[in-house]
Amino acid sequence: MLEIRQLNKTYGSHQALTDLNLVIPEAGIFGLLGPNGAGKTTLIRIINQIIEQDSGEVILDGQQLSGDAIRKIGYLPEERGLYKKMGVWDQLIYFSRIKGLTASEAKQRVTYWLEKFEISSWKNKKIEDLSKGMAQKIQFIATVIHSPRVLILDEPFSGFDPVNAAMLKNEILELKKGGTTILLSTHRMESVELLCDQVAMIHKSKKILDGSIREIKSRFRPLEIHASLSQLNQELPAAWKIEASEEGKVDLLIPLEGQSPNQLLRELMNFGEVISFQERFPSMEEIFIQQVNASGHA
Amino acid sequence: MQAAMHKVFLVIQREYLARVKKKSFLVATLLTPLIFPAIMAVFVWIAVEEKENQSLRVIEVVDETGLFFMESSDQYAFSSSVENLEEAKALVNTGERYGALYIPKMELSAPQGIQFYGLENPSTSLIGYLEGALKRKIEDQKLYAKGIDPKVLKEIRTEVSVQALTLGDAGEETVTDATVNYALGFLSGILIYLFIFIYGNQIMQGVIEEKSTRIVEILVSSLRPFQLMMGKIVGIGAVGLTQFLIWVLLVGTLSSLVMGVLGMQMPQQQAMEMANPELMAATPDTGELGAILQVIDGIDFVSLVAAFVFYFLGGYLLYGALFAAVGAAVDAPSDAQQFMLPITIPLLVGYMGLFVFVLQDPSSSTSFWLSIIPLTSPIAMMGRISYGVPFWELALSMGLLVLGFFGTTWLAAKIYRIGILMHGTKPSYKTIWKWVKSAN
Repeated sequence: MLEIRQLNKTYGSHQALTDLNLVIPEAGIFGLLGPNGAGKTTLIRIINQIIEQDSGEVILDGQQLSGDAIRKIGYLPEERGLYKKMGVWDQLIYFSRIKGLTASEAKQRVTYWLEKFEISSWKNKKIEDLSKGMAQKIQFIATVIHSPRVLILDEPFSGFDPVNAAMLKNEILELKKGGTTILLSTHRMESVELLCDQVAMIHKSKKILDGSIREIKSRFRPLEIHASLSQLNQELPAAWKIEASEEGKVDLLIPLEGQSPNQLLRELMNFGEVISFQERFPSMEEIFIQQVNASGHA
Repeated sequence: MQAAMHKVFLVIQREYLARVKKKSFLVATLLTPLIFPAIMAVFVWIAVEEKENQSLRVIEVVDETGLFFMESSDQYAFSSSVENLEEAKALVNTGERYGALYIPKMELSAPQGIQFYGLENPSTSLIGYLEGALKRKIEDQKLYAKGIDPKVLKEIRTEVSVQALTLGDAGEETVTDATVNYALGFLSGILIYLFIFIYGNQIMQGVIEEKSTRIVEILVSSLRPFQLMMGKIVGIGAVGLTQFLIWVLLVGTLSSLVMGVLGMQMPQQQAMEMANPELMAATPDTGELGAILQVIDGIDFVSLVAAFVFYFLGGYLLYGALFAAVGAAVDAPSDAQQFMLPITIPLLVGYMGLFVFVLQDPSSSTSFWLSIIPLTSPIAMMGRISYGVPFWELALSMGLLVLGFFGTTWLAAKIYRIGILMHGTKPSYKTIWKWVKSAN
């Protein structure tokens, strides 16, 4: 378990983190959401001990973060890079050695991952000779080569092509199953909704919301209803939108506008045979905007 | 601590291997030392060829004064078979003579009107030869006119050389020679200057590469920035030392090999004379060569080499940290120029100081300060050391160099740590000073 307690960080006059508290449970995917400049990268750099906090603590497995934690953490920064003139094998060995693996451990792990991705033939290729997608695979291996307990991914899907993004997603899920704690930071909130178990939203250095996705969504009332009718008997109210229409089925998007779903359903029956009726929950982005407006931060 | 050292070692290893494995390293390392013996060999070869293929050039002399008797040499022979210039010119035109030298009637006090006719442009060495010979003749004539026999003058000329000796504390005497000391100081000073610049630049390039390709973010999540910086400086220094050692070995063996092979074809002395006749005029004869050997023998090479290695490494480490800091502060090599001044100026002061002050007067107070202040001492002290430096001065200079190294490294580490994570903004000296002052 990774715990952030009362973390503060300022750069000159700029407050990057304000009294931040987070509990990131084990073997789950934790989404750190917020727009650019909210303080996500600062938090990640503090967890990685790249920079030091002004005050507050980071607790990993019940202990204050120390030099030994390096071995337990894997980090994929938003801006990625590898030594262009260095071979794949040498590079991966180097990254595993500086994470604290012994020479023989490193060899064994690198071999394992190259075989897993079926890219053993790239061993002696230089990074500059690889395609972007190939380099992305190497970058990912370099991040997880030392089997970190905690994996920190900063905007993991940016820059990945669709094929590699899908691969990355599968690997993330597999690692989670294996017990890895994953901290995933992104400003594109829609991309992680389906992936994350828990999220925290950060805005202007402060946490404005956290919890499991289901919990958060249940806290925010649905705004709209997706409904389908077999056919239309009469003219719809102006606010109701027809999303799609085909033979024997009309899909509607209806704003709740303060009514309860039951009230709406009763009204809807007057327009025809109801085939389906489903609440449309707000997206994380909508929740974020709603929350920012509510807390008066915007 | 041990784990920390282990990581520094891993960085050193990577930096070292990444460079040594490059083809360009192999090429530069093997070809550079070949240049000197190759140039030497080409010169000697040309000289030998020229000498063998040379045909004697006959020059017709038309001397209206009747005073000049030109002495023939290996290259030039002089004849005076015709009476006037027109006939001489005709001989040149038919190719019977290489050229014609015309000496008109003239006042010896103001010789003028001497002309040389040839089918082709005469070489400067031929003109020089003619001028020299005529000058000697005129001088002899003038001496006779004053009633002095030139032979007497030759007898009066005397070679004098002063043997310089230094007295040691225990009264022991060592033969010294300013020329040898000058050469040693000159050579070692320049080597250190070049080494700092070439490899310092490599440090800077390496830091910029890691920063601009964003590898550094991954690296500093595994290593302390200080470990990364020191590993890079030491690793590149090791590359330089390797290259230097290979050069010393290659130049040594190749030069002696080349000289050995050529030595069988012609005496070395003569070979050198052919290659550079002017130099030979300045170099002493065999008797003085013995003296030089005696001087070289008198130099304490063990302490000289030890001091060289110390200042070589000390200077490199001192400046290396600064180069790393500059690399960390900028995004691209082209931006580095504005921060290079604090590095270039002291280096240039040391370099210029070596020639202007230290080698001219090694014990002057300017030389003293240049060789004590850490930023200039690696270059300046090497200029003094072969002349002999009091122990306390050497100890002070070395001690300050070590302190200076800690100082620049401390300063550089602060700039480096923050700089490597800064992108997009061009820092000014003011922002860099802020980084230095910031605690975290």
